Amino acid sequence: MADLAVEATATAADPANWTCPAPLRDQPVVVMGHGGGGALSAELIEQVFAPAYGNALLAGMTDSAVLHLGGARLAFSTDSYVVRPLFFPGGCLGDLAVNGTVNDLAMSGARPAYLSAAFVLEEGVELTVVERIARAMGAAAETAGVTIATGDTKVVESGHGDGVYVTTAGVGLVPDGVDIRPQRARPGDAVIVSGPIGLHGVAIMSVREGLEFGIEIASDTAPLAGLVVDMLAVTRDIHVLRDPTRGGLGASLNEIARASGTGVRLRERAVPVPDEVANACGFLGLDPLYVANEGRLVAFVPREEAEAVLAAMRAHPQGAGATLIGECVEEHPGMVVVATGLGGTRVVDLPLGEQLPRIC
Amino acid sequence: MKYIDEFNDPDLARRLLDEISATVTRPWALMEVCGGQTHSIIRHGIDQLLPEKVELIHGPGCPVCVTPLECIDKALDIAARPDVIFCSFGDMLRVPGTDRDLFRVKGEGGDVRVVYSPLDALKLARQHPDRQVVFFAIGFETTAPANAMAVHQARRLGLTNFSLLVSHVRVPPAVEAIMTAPTCRVQGFLAAGHVCSVMGMSEYPELAERHRVPIVVTGFEPLDILEGIRRAVRQLERGEHWVENAYARAVREDGNPAAIRMIEDVFEVTDRNWRGIGRIPASGWRLREAYRAYDAEHRFDVSGIRTEEPAECRAGEVLQGLIKPTDCAAFGTLCTPRTPLGATMVSSEGACAAYYLYRRMSEPALPREEMNPVG
Repeated sequence: MADLAVEATATAADPANWTCPAPLRDQPVVVMGHGGGGALSAELIEQVFAPAYGNALLAGMTDSAVLHLGGARLAFSTDSYVVRPLFFPGGCLGDLAVNGTVNDLAMSGARPAYLSAAFVLEEGVELTVVERIARAMGAAAETAGVTIATGDTKVVESGHGDGVYVTTAGVGLVPDGVDIRPQRARPGDAVIVSGPIGLHGVAIMSVREGLEFGIEIASDTAPLAGLVVDMLAVTRDIHVLRDPTRGGLGASLNEIARASGTGVRLRERAVPVPDEVANACGFLGLDPLYVANEGRLVAFVPREEAEAVLAAMRAHPQGAGATLIGECVEEHPGMVVVATGLGGTRVVDLPLGEQLPRIC
Repeated sequence: MKYIDEFNDPDLARRLLDEISATVTRPWALMEVCGGQTHSIIRHGIDQLLPEKVELIHGPGCPVCVTPLECIDKALDIAARPDVIFCSFGDMLRVPGTDRDLFRVKGEGGDVRVVYSPLDALKLARQHPDRQVVFFAIGFETTAPANAMAVHQARRLGLTNFSLLVSHVRVPPAVEAIMTAPTCRVQGFLAAGHVCSVMGMSEYPELAERHRVPIVVTGFEPLDILEGIRRAVRQLERGEHWVENAYARAVREDGNPAAIRMIEDVFEVTDRNWRGIGRIPASGWRLREAYRAYDAEHRFDVSGIRTEEPAECRAGEVLQGLIKPTDCAAFGTLCTPRTPLGATMVSSEGACAAYYLYRRMSEPALPREEMNPVG
């Protein structure tokens, strides 16, 4: 194997001759990663959508836009829901469609009020399936205290859809004195997560066709608007709220670090990862920090308010597991760094696209 | 998690680190063979905590990284065919071939599916008798038994629409290649525990003796790795070189005989190209003549696809431990997980990707009081 070294020396010779074997940056087609909530999603928005719509409201890149309308501040958000399977432990597409939009509104501090619901149905889907989803949406809306005020239905030919897609949009009023957005994170802020992470993503994976594994775990899908009301009752000066859905806590923290130009430092052992999630992620080679949640939020609050906010969160059913997991720092601006349990450090980057199960 | 958390205990880790520090008197360079170990080392920051005299060199044990470009191009060609369901472990989908990856093939209409086991692919073959189901059989000795089992069962079931695209590699010839390279700096090995749980330890004493290197069979959790390092350093300091098992809860002397029999029934040893390194004699497995009908390379006639490895990336040097990923001028600038120059940047087990994900920011480890959780 003498050629081993010879070859290596030759390859290292002249960096000027280096070319990239796979210039994947310019994907000519949509790939699954564009919907993964990571770097590919961000590029799609930055390179395609934002230039096409170009306005200051979009530049905030928040979960919901805050608009000035008729003297009021209105939060406005929309989201499409395409989960497979449609029904999973802990919920269904209908729960996600309501809770997801309710939560996007709540993350700007708004009290969600009205939702729209648009269905794209595939020819051949059993009506009982549609009915179950609609009933779940009705129940979720009642729990969240919102009204589904308008809707639409379209049907596509068999084979041109995946059963049922739902798009919801929602509006809500932002209370006076509340200004919650990622740009407001400041060094010194306490970083709080409202409960154990990774439950939704692992619940979905455990029942996905071809990947079933034996685990009893339910999605955490839940409305968070009530929790946010209780937090704002402690202080209106909450800086940032985010619900870490696709891309998980890791993606949300990166977005906040980048938007605010601050560093985020986490203590790995403080991050609440349930055993079932840790087991499943260990088995599949996934990082719980990048697994989706549907009923959790991460909050950046001034350090002096942290204890009071934590207490208020723990008194609410959706915040019972609230935990201080780290802080915002001046060092490494725009980056998220974890102090490992052993005392080392590592960078938590924005995921590229979907997490991929590893070979071994 | 039971049987996992115990191997991640910070107090025990500190004791092992103290013992390593007390033992080491001279600089030593150890190579962890397996990409899973590299991942764990960087993820937990173990290399930051070791005494300066102990250097870890990251070995070529990431199967995704070393799968040759030509094989990727064959996979892309097969996966794009309309009658094919192409099944793969997830992290192969992003590995760049000459001009695209499997994600791109999927985006362009190819039926590419992520599975966790070749037996899932076999199930698809039974469910879709009108389609050709191909499984991308990559990996070291760890994945070979299940892949062999899939072929075995396909024959037993009389399936004619199932085949493997095989790019299996073996660890001992790679260790041999590293040790005989004139530039070799490695003085001791942490052998891949999972590989040894299948193959046992019998392939290593001869290597340890001939090259006079300690070989310590090592697991993957932080304490496993520290214990492997502790034993390797102890041997080096004593001037010893033998095969030691620091992963006895998973590895038996004779491995898993049933799995070995299955491998030997279905596969035979062959020379194989390793991406970034080159051809290593007897370093791979291919399907035996008796199982030729299940070989996707024959079924789809992709023998015309000949791809030269691009000669621009320093992954070969990284895989041999000659440089750290951060020594490469392209690291983190020209070469990122998004725009990988080489396969070591693609898989999360690749040394370059592990450094990119976890170690771009060079800063010292935190003082110990900051390790305690708060709140």
